[in-house]
Parts: sequence; structure tokens; C-alpha cells
Amino acid sequence: MQSVFTGPVYVVRDNIDTDQIISAQFLNLVPTIPEEYEKLGSHAMDGLPHSLYPVRFVKDGQLDSDYPILVGGRNFGCGSSREHAPIALGSANCQLVLAESFARIFFRNCVATGELYPCEIADRLCDVLKTGDVVTVDLDAATVTAQATGKVYAFKPLGDVRPVVDAGGLFNFARQSGMIAK
Amino acid sequence: MTLTEKILARAAGKTSAQAGDNLWVNADVLMTHDVCGPGTIGVFKREFGQAAKVWDKNKIVIIPDHYIFTADSKSNRNVDILRDFSREQGIEYFYDVIDDANGHWVFDAAKGNMKRQYGSRYAGVCHTALPQKGHTRPGEILFGTDSHTCMAGAFNQFATGIGNTDAGFVMGTGKLLLKVPESMHFRLEGRLQPGVMAKDIILHCIGEIGFDGATYRALQFDGEGALNLSIDDRMTIANMAIEAGGKNAMFEFDSRTAEYVDARVKLNGTKSTYEPVLRDKNEKFVYEHVVDLSQLEPTVACHPDPGQRKKARDMGDTRLDRAYVGSCTGGKTSDFVEFARVLRGKKVVIDTFGVPATPEIVRDLQSTYWGNTTIWEVLVNAGVQMTENAGCAACLGGPVDTFGRINKSGIKCISATNRNFPGRMGDKESQVFLASPMTVAASALTGRVTDPRDHLGN
Repeated sequence: MQSVFTGPVYVVRDNIDTDQIISAQFLNLVPTIPEEYEKLGSHAMDGLPHSLYPVRFVKDGQLDSDYPILVGGRNFGCGSSREHAPIALGSANCQLVLAESFARIFFRNCVATGELYPCEIADRLCDVLKTGDVVTVDLDAATVTAQATGKVYAFKPLGDVRPVVDAGGLFNFARQSGMIAK
Repeated sequence: MTLTEKILARAAGKTSAQAGDNLWVNADVLMTHDVCGPGTIGVFKREFGQAAKVWDKNKIVIIPDHYIFTADSKSNRNVDILRDFSREQGIEYFYDVIDDANGHWVFDAAKGNMKRQYGSRYAGVCHTALPQKGHTRPGEILFGTDSHTCMAGAFNQFATGIGNTDAGFVMGTGKLLLKVPESMHFRLEGRLQPGVMAKDIILHCIGEIGFDGATYRALQFDGEGALNLSIDDRMTIANMAIEAGGKNAMFEFDSRTAEYVDARVKLNGTKSTYEPVLRDKNEKFVYEHVVDLSQLEPTVACHPDPGQRKKARDMGDTRLDRAYVGSCTGGKTSDFVEFARVLRGKKVVIDTFGVPATPEIVRDLQSTYWGNTTIWEVLVNAGVQMTENAGCAACLGGPVDTFGRINKSGIKCISATNRNFPGRMGDKESQVFLASPMTVAASALTGRVTDPRDHLGN
């Protein structure tokens, strides 16, 4: 499985709730219907107030984001249980989120869907990095390297979460590992 | 063991469990709705096969409630997906919007959004409807595809919100792997003073620990003060455990719980047996807080999160554009009664919306008289825009034509709902202040955040 991810980051602050990740008005889209899954991606992080986030995560008219890595502060993904949130991010080609802490249901939904890796990092990267900075994340080493400064930050290894996301979510993992019939 | 540990141990077939244990627990009820149901059904069919049958058709409860009274065609279609699936699987506890089992749901915008547009089975907001329809029982495990599923902790049961994929798994197997949460202990003492409500208790507690102060944890509410609270009040509190990041809320079982649950299962003909959990002497908590209810004052959670606690009386400078009473946590009969008590004989000065959580609550308000006037009429006469179309409505924004949705930037709304992150009720640049129905009422009369104790005793 891919272990190294390099690309520009999109930086948000503390308490990014699921309404900001995917506005409630787009919950009419059903994630298991392929064209609606794609559309969810086009609205990823659309709920962020423009006054605070003038640079948008997904440009108008695009289905995918230019930022494969999200950087957040405390309590990322708080609020509702909507699985549309990690799905919108995954659909927009976001591959991982680095945050100081995660809300419980969002973390679990990332793993269950296999849409993206939720990485907990003690350093407040949202104070250090700005949107567009390029980083390299190495999941095996559990490190983030900021390209501009060369500085290396360690995050909490994903442990048992990693193979589940690698497999593409709970059901795929359970089949591959023989927990449920193929 | 804590109450939560005891229930989870039992549901996993074990004699004991402690925080941190990973357990496969058996579900008693799986609840889903129109926003997450179609996706859950999609996961279930993708993973278990197109012809697969649910694990137990009598343990699945489907309650459309979120995006019902909207002309948005996809939202209307989502209700049809639920109907088709319920028919195919023989699910009895599907609370359809319409009475025609082979029909299609279409909201008629031309009829407006004040008069009822639902059939006889429609149940309204899932968390309020579950107990009303006899689906909450002490000692049971309830999973729901909605974060406010924790509201059923009011009934001494383990109830928590899960995503579509987990729900698809439960739908097929009846089980879920859970980590037993640590418990935080809130011991309530005394009684609330006039003008102070259950909403003030939970806003106080969230302010105390912060909006992520209970992440991954259970919140246990007990003590003499908790036993003095009505079932509605316990629901208001349990509902908002998630607003501090909690996994579940838990109340003690008592005669009020039994009375409510027994009446409801009998009325609806649902399963009547249950086994409550009672407190042990050796409970281990990671946090202890004693709340003297008599000392609490009307409390507000300010924009932009439920942990921004202030006293209403210190916020008189905050001008408002709008007031809202509704949702699972704040749209119950008792909420509207207290709302009306403050507004009776007066006029609101800002746009004020009322959305009862369920059709039963609409009926309560329209059939309860104060003198010659129903509570419903008291509210309408005060200038409140009351809709009969019970549902989640603008609590979570929703489609742009949703009743009460904030569609303009800069609007400040005081609301009896449960969440106030940016954009929660619509426009991303609007602000929501959470408060009790009485504080919302007093504020609607002045156009500023107002302590309701200044408006009592008319």
C-alpha cells in the first residue's frame, strides 16, 4: 500500500464540524449512488465561512480538490454522525487529515469507509503551516516533513486503523482478513 | 461498574466490562432516517447482496424526518427509497410521510409550509418519536444513524450515533464492535428555580467541560436532582451529550422511567419487556461534578460552538434578528408550554419560528386550552410562525426552501436547538445562540438576549 504522500496542504483551525465539511443542504445526495458520490466531493469543506477561508478547498466548478492533505486543529469532525463528511473529503481526492484531535464518530467513519487516514498529531500544525505549503507524509514512519523548512513532525502511528483504511474500509478488511465470508 | 459498563457487558454476553474493553455488542434497535437511511441501505445491499434480508425486521425502525417538507426532488426521492426498502423487507416500524404504501412522496410547495402535509403514520423527529412510539426501553442498546441518538440515554439505555457503514453492518448482522467508554459523573442536586430549564443544565455542563470535554466518553447523570426531572427534561439533557463530544448519556432508572415506557409500549403494541440497569456501589468515573440545580441561571451558548457559555443576563447588548423553537432537544410539548407561558398576551418583535418535533406535539398544543385559547393560539397570537409540519426543519439548515432556514448572511438567531457551529441553521455567515425555550421567548419579546426571569409572572 502507498505509504508516502506528498502535496500541498489545506489548513483549517479548531472545531471544524461536519456542517463545515459538508453543508447539510447537500445531505440529499446518497453516497452509494456513484454520480452523487462524485458530487459530494465538489462540495467538500464548502461550509467554511468565506470570511475566514477565502481560498476554497475545492474550486468552483471542480469535482476534486487541489489539496490531498488537510491540516486541522482540535476536535476535527465534531457534530453530526453523517458519513457524508469523510466521504465528501475522499471523493474530493483528499487522502489524509492531520489534526490535533478528532471527534469520535468522524474518526470511526473515516476508518469504516476507508476514505482517508485520520492522523493524530500533537504539534499544532495549523499554527505552523499555511494553505498551499507542501508536505510529505510517511505513514510507515509516522512523520510529516514540511518541504520549505525541512522540519519533521511525528504523529501517533495509525496502528490497527491503517490496514482497515488500506483495505478500503471495514467490509473489505473483514473479508480480506477472513472475519466475514468473501 | 458504571451504568454504561453494565449495559454493554450484558449486551456482549459478559458478566463484567470496563472502560477500554472492545466488545461485540448485540443491538436491540437500529434506527435510521431519510438523510442517512438511503446510504445505509446502499451499503447493506452492496455488502450483503441485492437479495439480502435484514438481521431482524422487527428491530429496525425507519423514521423520515429531516428533509421532508421541501420541494427538493432528491430529498423526496430519499423517502421513496425508504418506503421501497421497508416494503421489500417487511419492516413494520417505518413511519411513512404518506399513507399510500405504493405512493411517492411529493411536497406541494403551493400549499405553503404551515398546514400539515403528512399522513397518519408520520412520526416527526426520530429522537422524539422513538420514545413516543414505544421504541425506547431501559437496559437496551440503540444504534442510530444520527449523532443525537444519545437522547435515549434518558431512558436508562445505551444509545449512540453511528455512520452509514457501521449501520449497514448492524443491519446485516445485528452486532457492532464498540469500545466501552469511560464515564463522567454529573450528580444533580436540588431543584431548578422558576425561569430555569433543563436546557440550562446541559449548557452549564458543556460549558464546564468544553465542547470536546467528553470525547469518547459516557456522561452519567444521577442523584436526587436528576430524579426530580421530568422525562422531557432528561431527554433535553441526554440529547446534548454529543455537543461535548460524548458517546452516550445515561440516566438512572426510576418510577418515572417505568411509567413513561410502560405507557408507550402498551399504547403502540411494541415489545413490553425490558431489564433496567441499577447503580453499583463501585462505579469508577474519570470526572466528577456536582451541579446544584437551585444555583443555575438562564444560560446561553454563544456562536460558534456549544461550549461558549454565558449567562443570559450578561448578554443584553447582543441584538438578535430571529428566534426559533424546535428540534429533538427543544421542540417537545413541555418546551412549547414554557415558551408560551412567557409569550402569553405579548408580541414578539423579531421573526420567530416554532416547529414542534412530532405530530403528537402539534395535537397536544392544539388541544390544550388555557382559558378559551389553545397553547397553539397563544403562540400564534404572540406573532410566532407555527408550522404543523413537524420535523427537523431549520435546526440543521437543510434545503434552501426549509421552513425557518437562515438564508441571509449576518443574521443572529437565538434558538432552542442543540448545535451552533457556523452555518448550522443555513447561511455560513449567520450566528446561532443556544438557549432554553423560555430564554428564546423573552429574547423574542425584546430583540436582545434576555433573561426570562424578567418576563415571568404576568
